Amino acid sequence: MKKLVVIGAGMASGRMLEHLFEVAPGEWDVTLFNAEPRGNYNRIMLSPVLSGEKSFEEIVTHDAGWYEAHGVTCRFGERVVSIDTARKEVTGEKGAVAYDKLVIATGSEPFMIPLPGRDLEGVIAYRDLEDTNRMIEAAAPGARAVVIGGGLLGLEAAAGMRLRGMEVTVVHLMGHLMERQLDPAAGYLLRRALVDRGIEVLCSANSKEILGENGKVRALRLDDGTELPCDLLVMAVGIRPASALGRAAGLAVGRGIQVDAQMRSSNPDVLALGECIEFEGQLFGLVAPLYDQAKVAAATLSGESASFTPREVSTKLKVTGCDLFSAGDFAEGPEREDIVFRDPARGVYKRLVLEGNRLIGAVLYGDVADGNWFFGLIKDATDVSEMRETLIFGPAFQGGAPADPMAAVAALPADAEICGCNGVCKGAIVTAIQNGATTLDAIKATTKASASCGNCAGLVEQVLAVTLGDAFVAPTARPMCGCTEHPHEDVRRLIKAKALKSMPAVMQELGWKTPNGCHSCRPALNYYLLADWPLEYKDDPQSRFVNERNHANIQKDGTYSVMPRMWGGMTTPDELLAIAAAAKKYNATVKVTGGQRIDLLGIKKEDLPHIWADLNAAGMVSGHAYSKGLRTVKTCVGTDWCRFGTQDSTGLGIKLEKRLWGSWTPHKFKLAVTGCPRNCAEATCKDLGVICVESGYEIGVGGAAGMELKETEPLAKVASEEEVIDITVAFVQLYRESANYLDRPYKWIAKTGGLGWIRAQVVDDLENRACLIARFDLSQSIYQKDPWAERATPDYQRAWSPLADLTKEAAE
Amino acid sequence: MSFVDIGALEDIPAQGARVVRTKLGCVAVFRTADDRVFALADRCAHKGGPLSEGIVHGHKVTCPLHNWVFSLETGQAQGADTGQVQTFAAKVEAGRVLLDAAQMKTESAA
Repeated sequence: MKKLVVIGAGMASGRMLEHLFEVAPGEWDVTLFNAEPRGNYNRIMLSPVLSGEKSFEEIVTHDAGWYEAHGVTCRFGERVVSIDTARKEVTGEKGAVAYDKLVIATGSEPFMIPLPGRDLEGVIAYRDLEDTNRMIEAAAPGARAVVIGGGLLGLEAAAGMRLRGMEVTVVHLMGHLMERQLDPAAGYLLRRALVDRGIEVLCSANSKEILGENGKVRALRLDDGTELPCDLLVMAVGIRPASALGRAAGLAVGRGIQVDAQMRSSNPDVLALGECIEFEGQLFGLVAPLYDQAKVAAATLSGESASFTPREVSTKLKVTGCDLFSAGDFAEGPEREDIVFRDPARGVYKRLVLEGNRLIGAVLYGDVADGNWFFGLIKDATDVSEMRETLIFGPAFQGGAPADPMAAVAALPADAEICGCNGVCKGAIVTAIQNGATTLDAIKATTKASASCGNCAGLVEQVLAVTLGDAFVAPTARPMCGCTEHPHEDVRRLIKAKALKSMPAVMQELGWKTPNGCHSCRPALNYYLLADWPLEYKDDPQSRFVNERNHANIQKDGTYSVMPRMWGGMTTPDELLAIAAAAKKYNATVKVTGGQRIDLLGIKKEDLPHIWADLNAAGMVSGHAYSKGLRTVKTCVGTDWCRFGTQDSTGLGIKLEKRLWGSWTPHKFKLAVTGCPRNCAEATCKDLGVICVESGYEIGVGGAAGMELKETEPLAKVASEEEVIDITVAFVQLYRESANYLDRPYKWIAKTGGLGWIRAQVVDDLENRACLIARFDLSQSIYQKDPWAERATPDYQRAWSPLADLTKEAAE
Repeated sequence: MSFVDIGALEDIPAQGARVVRTKLGCVAVFRTADDRVFALADRCAHKGGPLSEGIVHGHKVTCPLHNWVFSLETGQAQGADTGQVQTFAAKVEAGRVLLDAAQMKTESAA
């Protein structure tokens, strides 16, 4: 087998290996070096990872199984030290390997402006997963970030951090954002959209110095003296080819490693591709030409003839809600003419640049549906003189075709490009559909269309719909309910990012399709709003399920059950006497519950305020047995009585319950504290369970004993009661802030990708833990009130009785 | 029809309901977000749940027991469920809610 060494596991080399194993299976013994400690992933999708719309696992393009299946020796996390082209050998940090052919795909390095202070802790680029994770880690609400650079990457970084709740300022040297892709008018609209979501944008702003404190970044100072305080500073001002290895190996290097159209460097056994190369004086930063290069490089290695020609590229910004498209050349010039369309109310701007009879550039903002059609006209150098008058209105207006996006897709010719990243045209997709690929995922798998940046997924679905007709079932992004397109995660994030503080604001801003929601979304929105804005939002009883509105559990016959709180499962003879008296007075059935409480069943609605008043008078408050909130803390008798008890489990349980009661959570929340590992309080199947041991306390989370049976996972082991309480409160608050409505903690934990992130937030990061506790206590200042006491009043007694009694009149 | 005054509009919470007791069973009187009132038998066609305790959205209510949804205008079950709940004439005049009592005497509300 011939030996191939590849340096760099990026998008270009990953694609090249795919092609190579396809055309020449078993011919190459491949060694793959990567300085990052992981294999190929879809770097374009780091922005959705940053904003939380995707997880890292979702953007991995080649996993360990793939490398193994193709016999690739992976040397990840190992830098290449040198290349010896004479001996045909590559030396990594852990040793040398010989090659017959070498492919350099080292990509690019972020350009760091040589500002004073750039070595401070907290000054980062936006290039790889490490950078992304740094931003995610820094993103506590209220934390501040400054992004230098208002280009594609900088804005995606800014929007992602903003969505995670940070205060973000973008500092851009030029007069408008994305000046290489946008004209000033579209740049203005983009700026306005970003400002609307709470991002501060400074254009024509020149950075002077990064200020630090104790070796950590504190602020950015501009040349006009303005200081922008920040906890994190992201430089996204550009990239340059990582060509140092090639230069050291004696290859011809200009700005990048110089290659010919077959992707060969000045040494015929050394190929290069991707962002590290220079071809006819040109550098490459977008993915589409990289994939073309990958195809050519694979052909060259297989001894086939292929040659690379740079092509037109188009740009889309991956910021949810900012629709922006640009392609071609849109600088003004003497021979050039503009066609401009504006609709300020809709925030739409379109500009086409014509030279002679050809379209040479397009900038679209706000409505980008026709982007691919314009792009096609640019690439094909179509003579547009015939349709010039209606050109700006897009394909729907050409030849009287109806303004229907499906018709527009249906009208596209077979060679119209659908996926710009992977160069997939409509014909290839239609063929794949006819061969049985009838879902978006199947199209992705067979043609790669929409498999990279994903922007064309909608278009691919339209091709599916046009080709399959009624047989096509559109995939659901699992929206919250039929009232909205948004899934829970988006709604939660947007409520925070857009500071939406009322139900009408959410429904208006997020485009609800119903006038006032439904029984599914209203309780969720009510919860999200009261959890995120405890001071500003007013709880809406009419958006609550009956149990939470009536503060009792409805039973199948329309009566209710009433359950007083018994702190930590402890009660007294006097409380029991009061409960017994109330049970007799209201004719209740009495049941002892699994959570160490006493339940009174069969209470009529109009009696509820009366029985509450009776129980209140005996010193008892609501047990919240009906709520998506803190339920019970179950305990054992601990060191008070038990010969095996190691700590005061009862006392700790009572302290936890007194701190947490009254709080609303995404789903019910149950705790237990048990005094020794014999686990009499069954702490290992609770949402949070504490097991006391001689040396302290073991906190486990994510247990459940309902429809699913789950054992808790260990979160932390601590020495003091105070730490147990702090970590518990912080955990509950993090759950309150980030879980989907009706996800129990175990489901939420699974969706966050395991306990790692949660542990970092509530156990390891003490400052963050303190912030979570402070936010919980703020919310409790509003919500820790006994609902019974508030409702055991004559007004409520009236409101909870029938409005009128017509039985007498009817009897007349 | 013989409308009787059963109370003030503000006695019913917007997007909520109150119950009127009649000899033939309870009637749920709903007030929607647009301040219209609708009266339906307070028994779900499915398992008899109290519709008056359901979440009101648009001109619809969702039964609190098993999430059946009914049109307040027609009493018809929505979506895949089939069934109907009896409706009664109701209206608002000068801030007072009026219910057709003649109907109560002649028809079964339960």
